[in-house]
Amino acid sequence: MSANNDIVLRVENLRTYFETDGGIVRAVDGVTFSVKRGKTLALVGESGCGKSVTAYSILRLIQKPGKIISGRIMLHADEQESIDILSLSEKSDELYDIRGGKVSMIFQEPMTALSPVHTVGNQICEAILLHQDVSRARAREIAIKALGDVGIPSPQKRIDIYPHEISGGMRQRVVIAMALVCRPQLLIADEPTTALDVTIQAQIIHLIKERQRDLSMAVMLITHDLGVVAQSADDVAVMYLGRIVEQADIRDLMKTPRHPYTMGLLKSLPSLSNRHKRLPSISGSVPSPAEIPTGCPFHPRCPYCVKGLCDTAAAPELTSLDSKHSVACLRANDSELKL
Amino acid sequence: MIQSNESQSNTPTKPLLRVKGLKKYFTVSVPSKGFLTRRTNAVKAVDDVSFDIMPGDILGVVGESGCGKTTMARTILRAIDPTSGTVELTLGDHTVDIATLKASKLKPLRQKMQMIFQDPFSSLNPRMTVGDIIGEPLVIHKLARGSELKDRVVEILKKVGLAPEHAVRYPHAFSGGQRQRIGIARALIMNPALVVADEAVSALDVSVQAQVINLLQDLQEEFKLTYIFVAHDLSVVKHICDRVAVMYAGKIVEMAPTDEIFDDPLHPYTRALLSAIPLPDPDVPMRFALGGEVADPGALPGGCSFHPRCDKCEDECKEKIPSLREYRPGHLVACHRAGNTPL
Repeated sequence: MSANNDIVLRVENLRTYFETDGGIVRAVDGVTFSVKRGKTLALVGESGCGKSVTAYSILRLIQKPGKIISGRIMLHADEQESIDILSLSEKSDELYDIRGGKVSMIFQEPMTALSPVHTVGNQICEAILLHQDVSRARAREIAIKALGDVGIPSPQKRIDIYPHEISGGMRQRVVIAMALVCRPQLLIADEPTTALDVTIQAQIIHLIKERQRDLSMAVMLITHDLGVVAQSADDVAVMYLGRIVEQADIRDLMKTPRHPYTMGLLKSLPSLSNRHKRLPSISGSVPSPAEIPTGCPFHPRCPYCVKGLCDTAAAPELTSLDSKHSVACLRANDSELKL
Repeated sequence: MIQSNESQSNTPTKPLLRVKGLKKYFTVSVPSKGFLTRRTNAVKAVDDVSFDIMPGDILGVVGESGCGKTTMARTILRAIDPTSGTVELTLGDHTVDIATLKASKLKPLRQKMQMIFQDPFSSLNPRMTVGDIIGEPLVIHKLARGSELKDRVVEILKKVGLAPEHAVRYPHAFSGGQRQRIGIARALIMNPALVVADEAVSALDVSVQAQVINLLQDLQEEFKLTYIFVAHDLSVVKHICDRVAVMYAGKIVEMAPTDEIFDDPLHPYTRALLSAIPLPDPDVPMRFALGGEVADPGALPGGCSFHPRCDKCEDECKEKIPSLREYRPGHLVACHRAGNTPL
């Protein structure tokens, strides 16, 4: 393990619940992970697994009826004491300083992330003026440079256009420019390429990597696409029903997964080698987060489930197999479990 | 109740669908230089597309957003009227041109052509029960009512992996994957010959996507269905399609059996598209990313529409539009340079 000062963000035992008419929904239920400087952690899982709620919790963007119940979110920014984001008050300057400053976020849908009634330049300048003590003219210069950095041709001209005048891929570039203009320590990217075409997706993945290198920032990538994960992450955490079920170095996770859910996800990907054959899909569907099964939450869908163990014992905790690989499965050390 | 389309599989020489010179232009008015003057501009959404599909075949149509794949699919079903071209549908010994058929003659044929939509949330009426949604096509075409209608709904529900008691529930009570099964049931209850699946699995999670792909394949085998499978996810297309057509800016730029498209693509665009797929293997890095953006079908560049993004572009490509030619049997490509020099 590298020294502690490499860690930009440490989330410990985060729990975010939603109080609904149908009972308490444990969207995020005891999640622990760290994101390292210059590295990418991917949070993977299907819809409703809590990956986005985790991201929103980090920036304290959870709205009623959601509530962060417990946990710590430690941000270790440069040359500063670490801050527990959860201890900051809702309206404090420090929190505003973090949002869009030290920690930035980009969203799935670039059209809704941008205001349709302001020019691209004004929106980027707004972010600069909020976080940096510069003049309007200087902010404009910075914005033009930021647009150039994300590969937008002739940024001097493009700065005065409106979001509807450009394509989805270009809009996502603008969103990235805006997110990176204050040189954040951590970028949270929530499904940044899901709405884009495969060729544009490749461009955006490449762009995020390039900017990550230049700024040596940490990236937390939230996605359901294992292809994108394999191409951009250093570490991966797989989530299922609000918990991390497996966490490992990208190679370990893809080549030697230990959790049956991870195995199921990897096996159900269509590829040329299993062409025309039936895809080995995971049986059933993700249960409603309001009705999480007892025991191991994955047991009703698990091909390796042992009656009397997996369905009755307490939900398994994430346990280390070695320094780079941990898994939350009662049968993790059983050799019967393999990809 | 549900019969396989035996009559078609007996005449394998005749394609089920023969599309010839299909065009769909949309006219849009755009502001010109003056303040109040506007000029009209043709957006060539589908521009001279031709292909055949044999009964029981699965044709994949891939391309980036805006390439015209959905417009083409809808034009074939006559959900929108084509600008020109023919769409010949052969059922038994009977061949009709859907593109020019009168509305009254078209309606009975619609039973044989069904569509599955992308978004399982917006394609089902939230105020109708699942049973009513699935049975509605039978009611519209006056094919069944009363207890027969009920029986057929129950039968198809079982076929797509849902339970008979689901018929009385409303769509909101179902997950995305189950809703997609409802959409499939609604399409298949008519015992169609041709099913157009427009991004039918794109909105689904990986584990559910695999289940729905398996279902579509099982049903295809059981009922000898013919699919046009429109998708942007190349790995899904690779998995289920027999042939693949790659579209760019309203035209088919390459069409070949699936293995050939993936193992030996000829068009530079197909190659770029394939190399941009992020593979779920950290040891196989993405090879190269295609620069630039999808051509604007309202303002296409001269010559080959792909030439501004193509790294193999030569003078000829900027001037002459390449036609779709048979490079080798069954493998068509529209590129001046395919085969001339190693690409």
